[in-house]
Amino acid sequence: MSAQSIGETEDTGVVPDAPLLEVDDLYVEFRTRDGVAKVLNGVSYHVDAGETLAVLGESGSGKSVTAQAVMGILDEPPAAVTGGEIRYHGEDLLKVSAQRRSDVRAEGIAMIFQDALSALNPVYTVGFQIEEQLRVRLGMSRQEARKRAIALLDLVRIPNAARRVRQYPHEFSGGMRQRAMIAMSLALDPEVLIADEPTTALDVTVQAQIMDLLKEIQTERRMGLILITHDLGVVAEVADRIAVMYAGRIVEYADAVSLYRRPGHPYTAALMESLPRLDLKGHELKTIKGLPPSLLAIPPGCPFHPRCAMAQDRCRTEVPAEYRLGLGRTSRCHFAEEMVGGV
Amino acid sequence: MSEAGEPILEVVDLVKHFPVRVGVLFKHTVGQVRAVDGVSFDLRRGETLGVVGESGCGKSTLAQVLMRLEPPTSGTAKFQGRDIFRMRGSELRKLRRSIQIVLQDPYTSLNPRMTVGDIIGEPFEIHPEVAPKGERATRVRELLEVVGLNPEHINRYPHQFSGGQRQRIGIARALALKPEVIICDEPVSALDVSIQAQVMNLLGDLQNEFGLSYVFIAHDLSVVRHLSDRVAVMYLGKVVEIGTEEEIYTRPTHPYTQALLSAVPVADPTLRGQRQVIRLEGDVPSPVDPPSGCRFRTRCWKAQDICAEEEPELTVRTGGQLSACHFAQEKSVVP
Repeated sequence: MSAQSIGETEDTGVVPDAPLLEVDDLYVEFRTRDGVAKVLNGVSYHVDAGETLAVLGESGSGKSVTAQAVMGILDEPPAAVTGGEIRYHGEDLLKVSAQRRSDVRAEGIAMIFQDALSALNPVYTVGFQIEEQLRVRLGMSRQEARKRAIALLDLVRIPNAARRVRQYPHEFSGGMRQRAMIAMSLALDPEVLIADEPTTALDVTVQAQIMDLLKEIQTERRMGLILITHDLGVVAEVADRIAVMYAGRIVEYADAVSLYRRPGHPYTAALMESLPRLDLKGHELKTIKGLPPSLLAIPPGCPFHPRCAMAQDRCRTEVPAEYRLGLGRTSRCHFAEEMVGGV
Repeated sequence: MSEAGEPILEVVDLVKHFPVRVGVLFKHTVGQVRAVDGVSFDLRRGETLGVVGESGCGKSTLAQVLMRLEPPTSGTAKFQGRDIFRMRGSELRKLRRSIQIVLQDPYTSLNPRMTVGDIIGEPFEIHPEVAPKGERATRVRELLEVVGLNPEHINRYPHQFSGGQRQRIGIARALALKPEVIICDEPVSALDVSIQAQVMNLLGDLQNEFGLSYVFIAHDLSVVRHLSDRVAVMYLGKVVEIGTEEEIYTRPTHPYTQALLSAVPVADPTLRGQRQVIRLEGDVPSPVDPPSGCRFRTRCWKAQDICAEEEPELTVRTGGQLSACHFAQEKSVVP
């Protein structure tokens, strides 16, 4: 379903030629018993049709919360969006009606999760869960919806789709469940697919199958894909552009080749050096000292400074601005230019 | 890490089957899950043997059997020449001191109601000969320091520590009884990349300092390469290939090893599309009813009639490693 046909059912703020999905200076807080956790502190990224944006970060960096804010599935409260815009075809989703939000969530932007077993409902068949949206959203009859569900399972290469459609999630293997979830997310032909750690729970040979499938479907349908992951290997294989997150900020934003060739932020560089490699028998791995900061008390200045080998006095007091490093590349480090070699 | 160490642990034809039982009142056995099905290897003093394989290949069951948490169906495992499965009484108690385990999940493997001091000191209650009562607190403080934690945090509870710190607590507990062998079952899989490196370096340092031998079980092939001297690759309850780290990673001969290595994504976008990746079709078959002959044949691109009829033996075929494939052939798949 394209944005235009959504537009026919209700008056919308869709702007022609605007980027497909744009997150602009987003702030999210979690109000907890222990205080206010500043989970997102001005996150901006965008994705266009046919493009893959990887959001890379460790636990607690805010990569999943950003996606949940885009989908409008944050638990509010304790979470609260305190600033910024999320624009889909130029229309700010934070300002539209609940009905419109729900329409976009159904037909414009879909999401798949890491743990397919808990994302699927165990008491309904896989087929029923795919058909439900087709019947509610597109008004299909049971038979039509069943036919479509089988076609979707076929598309994600589940063998014996006609038999599998009647089975329950527990009868599927891990890889099959992830395929079923992909089928479900494609049912209404979304323009953007957000995949939150889609292969983290899977074995490497199955991971390779699922990433191939996602890439193929994305290319065919010209979907925008936002891939949320902590895996530097997966990112290198599929991403066009990469946003590296740390403590609720995007600290580096670059195209994949430049980022791996010469990271523009000390955190990105340190992550790469701490990774054991398949092709090298290393000696001592470089480590990042300390722990990621508590979001209840983010350090002043650059949030990475307590763990950074390059930190100077200036980093302890002054929050680094977003430095431009050539075309579409940015880094939030005072020494970004030195990092990439004074370009 | 010593090359010429004598074997400290010799495992021969180890089998562990779990019965599949049905019925409510009158239970009867309808089949066997062949979790570990004839595994043999030596672990030498001071070395790390990596065990890799995908979920369900039997690597964690192997750890449990070697810890004597589960009785084996058949087979032997000799620790310093004595079969651990025949040990009783005081000999068994001594064995339990010598072989320790570090588990994957530092959130569930530590009792939330016990302080860190009690968790690390508990082994001394059972084995008081290692540290007499008066010395225990000092010893726990020493252990905390060895694993890089602040000894003053001895009275804190597990929830007050981060994931990486909790894994250090688990390691300190394993070290308490001065073991000779530590079985590490996915010790870094639950940790973030930046923390994973810290724990891996710690395991390496401890090995050098105390001359420990590790059985290092993991699904992450890069992590295993980094820490291991030798590597065993498991598939459906069997070792399909075993050799030195270099043999397995640079000259693998078993098709499964090759497929596994080629599926690992490489952190270099310039290699995108240039690397040959062996894509396996389908899923791992059920260990209740494994394929006849070679267990990998249903997903193997080299399979012939002989593979269904005759089970390939784990033996030297080409190169220095042992390989269980009728058509073993060296092939480099890691760029």
